[in-house]
Amino acid sequence: MTMHFLLLFSRQGKLRLQKWFLPLPERERKKIVKDMTTMVLSRKPRTCNFLHWKDLKIVYKRYASLYFCCALENQDNELLALEILHRYVELLDKYFGNVCELDIIFNFEKAYFILDEFLMGGEIQETSKQSIAKSVEASDMLQEVRH
Amino acid sequence: MTPSVRLQEMIRVIRSARTQGEERGIIQRECADIRSQFRQGDNGERSHSLAKLLYVHMLGYPAHFGQMECVRLIASPRYSEKRIGYLGAMMLLDEKQDASLLITNSIKNDLSHSSQYVQSLALCTLACMGSAEMCRDLAPEIERLLRASHSYIKKKATLCAVHIIRKVPELAELFTPSARTLLSEKNHGVLHGAVVLITELCERNPDTLVQFRKAVPELVQIMKGLVTSSYSPEHNVAGISDPFLQVRILRLLRILGHNNDTASDAMNDLLAQVATNTDSSKTAGSAVLYETVLTIMDINSESGLRVLAVNILGRFLLNNDRNIRYISMTSLQKIVQTDHNAVQRHRGTIVDCLKDQDTSVKRRALELSLALVSAVNIRSMMKELLIFLSVCPPELRSQTASGIFNAAERYSPSKRWHIDTILHVLTTAGGDVRDETVPNLIQLITTASELHCYTVHKLYRALIKDIAQQSLVQVACWCIGEYGDLLLKGECEEIEPVQVTEDDILDALETVLQSHMSSPATRGFALTATMKLSTRITDNVDRIRSIVSIYGSCIDLELQQRAVEYNALFKKYDHMRAAVLERMPVMDKNSPGHTNGDTSGEIKEPDTSKPKPVEAGLLSEPASQVCDLLDLLGGTDTPLQPSPAPTSTPTTTSSADLLDLLGGLEIKPVPTVSVYEKNGLSLKIQCDKQTETEVTVTLIASNSTQNDITNFTLQAAVPKSVQLQMKAPSGNVIPAHGLGQVTQTVLLNNPNKVSLKMRIRVAYSNQGAMHQDTVQIDSFPSAACQPSFSPL
Repeated sequence: MTMHFLLLFSRQGKLRLQKWFLPLPERERKKIVKDMTTMVLSRKPRTCNFLHWKDLKIVYKRYASLYFCCALENQDNELLALEILHRYVELLDKYFGNVCELDIIFNFEKAYFILDEFLMGGEIQETSKQSIAKSVEASDMLQEVRH
Repeated sequence: MTPSVRLQEMIRVIRSARTQGEERGIIQRECADIRSQFRQGDNGERSHSLAKLLYVHMLGYPAHFGQMECVRLIASPRYSEKRIGYLGAMMLLDEKQDASLLITNSIKNDLSHSSQYVQSLALCTLACMGSAEMCRDLAPEIERLLRASHSYIKKKATLCAVHIIRKVPELAELFTPSARTLLSEKNHGVLHGAVVLITELCERNPDTLVQFRKAVPELVQIMKGLVTSSYSPEHNVAGISDPFLQVRILRLLRILGHNNDTASDAMNDLLAQVATNTDSSKTAGSAVLYETVLTIMDINSESGLRVLAVNILGRFLLNNDRNIRYISMTSLQKIVQTDHNAVQRHRGTIVDCLKDQDTSVKRRALELSLALVSAVNIRSMMKELLIFLSVCPPELRSQTASGIFNAAERYSPSKRWHIDTILHVLTTAGGDVRDETVPNLIQLITTASELHCYTVHKLYRALIKDIAQQSLVQVACWCIGEYGDLLLKGECEEIEPVQVTEDDILDALETVLQSHMSSPATRGFALTATMKLSTRITDNVDRIRSIVSIYGSCIDLELQQRAVEYNALFKKYDHMRAAVLERMPVMDKNSPGHTNGDTSGEIKEPDTSKPKPVEAGLLSEPASQVCDLLDLLGGTDTPLQPSPAPTSTPTTTSSADLLDLLGGLEIKPVPTVSVYEKNGLSLKIQCDKQTETEVTVTLIASNSTQNDITNFTLQAAVPKSVQLQMKAPSGNVIPAHGLGQVTQTVLLNNPNKVSLKMRIRVAYSNQGAMHQDTVQIDSFPSAACQPSFSPL
């Protein structure tokens, strides 16, 4: 599933997480973020979760007050992308315990660490929830011990 | 107080800012604080300062001064500092930055670190932002990690290898051997990475693809294991065992089986099994089924399997989940050409999706519906499409309209149905149709000559109801101008008769002319139509004359020019008016006048090769004289086809002033031959061969009498298969004593290469007396273009 980028933003359009799997200049990233937030936030309720943007497929899903949005290539499976987004939310939920937007705001670096155990280079690196949870836990312990 | 709280404290403070300005102030202070922390060196606080900087960066503020700090932190022995340093590198550095090269060494060291979590950081960062140079440097390390380490590192090294291959394709050979062995791993993470790696290798190199086809049985085995395995809590998602891995394997199988019978056969059973056994009540199962369908359609699968796949898509169409309906339609769109009949079976469901709430679903349903229109279902499909057109969202209207036109053009069961359909579209969505609709429709109407009466009645009624839809108004004006006489007749077989008077028609056209809703082009149509009616109605010609003269001072330049020319037609060229304004012939789709896109309804050159017996009765006196002229020509015993006399008329499409320029140009020294000399008027001819079939003939008239010759006009006739176009004369007064000349150019097109003849009638006044004479030019030999002539 070659993802180009993954964005999390609030219903007011504030960015909460951005992961880029392609090298893009800063200016271009800002523009893409703006385009994505505008496009996704203007979607009416009860519409499907797939969009077309340039030559990419955009898959987005709203969880409470956060929009999870990712960009796929043309031959990628959109339904699976929905499952990927859902898996990430489950991982966050397991880690923070009933995760909400504030958790991700105040612990953004942890959200990244979890993501980096789940996806790499735009592809899935681990399909087992428990395995990822264990790795993140172990890394956290390592951080505490050394500190 | 643990340092992490300080980061959270800063976040809290920033969020409490009530204005943008306040936030900026806070950020500035914090950044200054961060900068001084960076300068202080190792104090155990650096990682938290960097974390703060990363938060500030996410808000959109510049953070480039943190790049070097990332480099330093990555080199630190402390895991907490490495962790944030690498995160910072992924966020702030990209391959374009020079600083990124500086971390290559740290990454190299960390790849061999004793702690797998440090190794993991290095691998992750390399796979995220590694430049081509870094990849080349570190590729051997990655390859080593692929083989030696345990699954936690192996899976990450595999994906890192994928990134390296994407950046430096030549390095693919380095990873090919290890990739194969990775397929025997049990760990799903490694297996998944292996499948991704093999997919990447195969997509880039066809030879590698051939090599990996041998792995198809192994892949089939793995898939089978997943599909039939008992519940595994670790990988289970909604009853499907590891859907992520399943989809990935299916995709690799698709690539390996494409265009290859052996491989396709080997996976046939598996695909059938997956297609039948996968539970699609949740998204995970649907995702696997979807990928299965894509694979079936893309390999050389047997027809039974293909039908199964299309039926799955058909089932998806009925699913409650909108997403599934949407992707079902995108897939059907891809296969509608190749598996047309299979998709046709689901036509009803697809047409129902036109009524879905979601615009994306509607759009897909529209594209599919248009692709499914055929000669068999055209009537029912068109009904649905027209209903859709009246309720569809505005962004889909022009696509729907052009789709309907295309379908109507290809499959219309009758001309009347075709015209009705187009009229319906114009009334519903006239503003959204393409520009060429108007000339296309006009061309269609001229070909349906038996329906002229019906068409003009329908258009007239549509016009008096609503003049806002420009394309509809333009077509209606054109038709009323052309077939106004049929409108006045009142009865028409296929429509209830309504009495229409000349005043009614002129009122309608004047309303269009005066309305602020009409575009300039539309007004042009209306004016020309009004003018044409002057030869088709009897009582209100004066009214037309006054309308035309009013617009002679219109601000719009185009309208003004037309009005002035029509005025001239009334005044100076009244004897030509009927001929000029007579009924248009049937237009070929490929005739030059048509493809020029000339939608203005300008008087076009009639095609002289088509007989028009019906129209002869409508011509008034001057035109019949022209007919007589040609009757004479038609009666000569020369090898011409016997058929009713064609009409050829002089045209005045451009103003006389313009043609003065053109008429006066005689660049080449061409021989001038005298063809007529009588009563002081002499007529000379110059011939210019343009192409094999085209000849330009210039007629030059001069006057050697004592008095000026006035009202000088020339008319010309040629054999039936020859096309003639007369340009306007340079003037109609020939000064006395040979002091001046009148020239007129005639273009001849002789496609059948018959022997060229021309009969010319001259008419003029001299000293108050009217004169008329005829001269026939019998041969224009193509070589020298020297005519021989005989005066009559």
